[in-house]
Amino acid sequence: MPNMSLKKVPMPEQDPDIRNKNFSEVSLGYTPEMAMEEATRCLNCKNKPCVAGCPVCVKIPEFIVKVAAGEFEEAFDIIKTTNCLPAVCGRVCPQESQCEEKCIRAIKGESVGIGRLERFVADYHMEHSKAVPSVPAPNGHKVAVIGAGPAGLTCASDLALLGYQVTIFEAFHKPGGVLVYGIPEFRLPKALVTQEIENVKALGVEIMTNMVIGKILSIDELFDDGYEAVFIGSGAGLPTFMNIPGESLVGVYSANEYLTRANLMKAYDNQYDTPIRNSKAVAVVGGGNVAMDAARTAKRLGAGKVYIVYRRSEVEMPARLEEVHHAKEEGILFKNLNNPVGIIGGENGEVVGMECVEMNLGEPDASGRRRPIEKKGSNFVLDVDTVIIAIGTSPNPLIRSTTTGLEANKWGCIVADDKMATSRKGVYAGGDTVTGAATVILAMGAGKTAAASIDEYIRSL
Amino acid sequence: MYKIISKKQLNSVVTLLEVEAPMIAKKAKAGQFIIFRVDEFGERIPLTIADFDREKGTITVIFQGVGKSTKMLAAMEPGDSILDFVGPLGKASELEGYKKVCVVGGGVGCAIAYPSAKALFNNGAEVDIIAGFRNKDIVILEEEMKAVSNRLFLTTDDGSYGLKGFVTNQLQELIDAGNKYDLVIAIGPLIMMKMVAAVTKPYGIKTFVSLNPIMIDGTGMCGGCRVTVGGEIRFACVHGPEFDGHQVDFDELMRRNTVYKKQEIAESEHICRIGLEVKEDA
Repeated sequence: MPNMSLKKVPMPEQDPDIRNKNFSEVSLGYTPEMAMEEATRCLNCKNKPCVAGCPVCVKIPEFIVKVAAGEFEEAFDIIKTTNCLPAVCGRVCPQESQCEEKCIRAIKGESVGIGRLERFVADYHMEHSKAVPSVPAPNGHKVAVIGAGPAGLTCASDLALLGYQVTIFEAFHKPGGVLVYGIPEFRLPKALVTQEIENVKALGVEIMTNMVIGKILSIDELFDDGYEAVFIGSGAGLPTFMNIPGESLVGVYSANEYLTRANLMKAYDNQYDTPIRNSKAVAVVGGGNVAMDAARTAKRLGAGKVYIVYRRSEVEMPARLEEVHHAKEEGILFKNLNNPVGIIGGENGEVVGMECVEMNLGEPDASGRRRPIEKKGSNFVLDVDTVIIAIGTSPNPLIRSTTTGLEANKWGCIVADDKMATSRKGVYAGGDTVTGAATVILAMGAGKTAAASIDEYIRSL
Repeated sequence: MYKIISKKQLNSVVTLLEVEAPMIAKKAKAGQFIIFRVDEFGERIPLTIADFDREKGTITVIFQGVGKSTKMLAAMEPGDSILDFVGPLGKASELEGYKKVCVVGGGVGCAIAYPSAKALFNNGAEVDIIAGFRNKDIVILEEEMKAVSNRLFLTTDDGSYGLKGFVTNQLQELIDAGNKYDLVIAIGPLIMMKMVAAVTKPYGIKTFVSLNPIMIDGTGMCGGCRVTVGGEIRFACVHGPEFDGHQVDFDELMRRNTVYKKQEIAESEHICRIGLEVKEDA
């Protein structure tokens, strides 16, 4: 008889007033007992609607049955067949709009805590298992992957499992992409990311860092070097600014820069030389997950007041509900229905304030969300010394401008079909470089699809 | 890891390092840069490529120990290895088709101007070089610059060597004397590049400057290196580092480049008292 509780087993968290002063993980994860109890809420449906909601098709009911039985390593083996980064996905996937949205239990009450269970299983395995994955027998074919982020790691991992010799070329000094430079430590501990990447390397995948493809090597040269196919997973690209006065003042950051300083370059850790501004009051412009990450990071770095400035209302916010909720708990102040019109500089060209205007919501626009309209004469100045702009990115031109025959759309995103094939034979692409900024799991799904397509392509040669 | 092959102290604060980086050496062109990180705790710092040897597989960088990271790099010796060394980044200089060029270098900027002068000279252009320093003791690359120019003009602020005065005085003098340059390249402290651009503007002489703002990734991802050029936001790492000197908002960039100076001084006093010098350039 399944556990018919309408609510998920709650997951312990650090107290908001304590956690907003440290970089340790916010959510503490299930104990084995909690996990087993939550697992018994799964009805093990025959048609598995949850799996259809997962971009990498994790065999959800199958692994949850094992969790319920206390067979955690067996559960891990099941997850691992389709997902190379379960500790990451269990933490940062928007489950509420994917697997958990489709869960039958969500019709009445809360869905099964699929993400929490995936996280538990991955963490349990990391803590308890010393097993080294066996390297699959090589099939004699070489594939190059550009970018060691979620898309590239997934593509490489799936290809390695099929016996391909895969080399990942990473521009930064450390692999992980957005998992290491973007998503903060308190949401995704870097030790876990490192461990998951080590597991990918254990399959025989080689990762070369400090390799900016398009500069040190072109895609043509990769083919010359004997790679039979190339996957481009180079990520989202260049930060967008608002084109309002004052954006080049001292104290204005893109979210990419602010988060990279804090996460990849560990500005919060005194051992590291990375400088970051000592802010008293910070305005973060934008309403997505990146904006929430930047705001919560600024709070932890010691800013007394941190505002989210967003031009629509909370209903339209693209950030995950959980992130908004966590941010509010931690004391982030939400200035919704406000739009920046200019950043004000004082002596020395440093930020001393941001002028905003209040907004109303009008008729729905092309995105289906109600269009924000300025309230005339409602301008006011927000008293801040730092502004972080988190309104999105535009694709990086480095690869497309150095590769002939690679089609891009009018926004500069590389064009790929539903099999992730680009206009160039043997070249596949996926993740943010194709879709524009999206989620970790969608990038992983694209990497997975591309791996299958590359396998099919190389077999056809 | 990237091994240091040779080292030369060009003056008391300017160091030359030849670094083993064969893949970068194969692709490097004048005007491009690398980013280094000394160790796990270090910053990512951009340095313009001063020279490269495709056969030996080496990249030469010439830099001044200004902040902690460049001072740590300057303290390394041949045989030591740098943890990270990535490049070649940025666009190469466009040096084709010029007949008469004046290359203006200020202090350690001469090292960055040198490869452009060399490429122009080898392309058959008539090259004048103006090299400015604070005083005689810190003059660098005199012989090298002489070898890739038709005329080399040295200036020092205190008159201890060459013309007493600034590079702009010398440049104005050359223009007044009837030299018709179809390109001026200015590389040095921001204030020098700003002043050179101000000298050439009335004559409509095309003027390139090479910018070296604070940056992290060097691939366009962070936007930290943004500069306003012709009223538009440009990223020095992917759209530059060379820009039209008449279009660059130098004042804004000067402010942006000092963003962490206060913190760095505070930290160096606090931790190691290494006598940090915060002058922008020699």
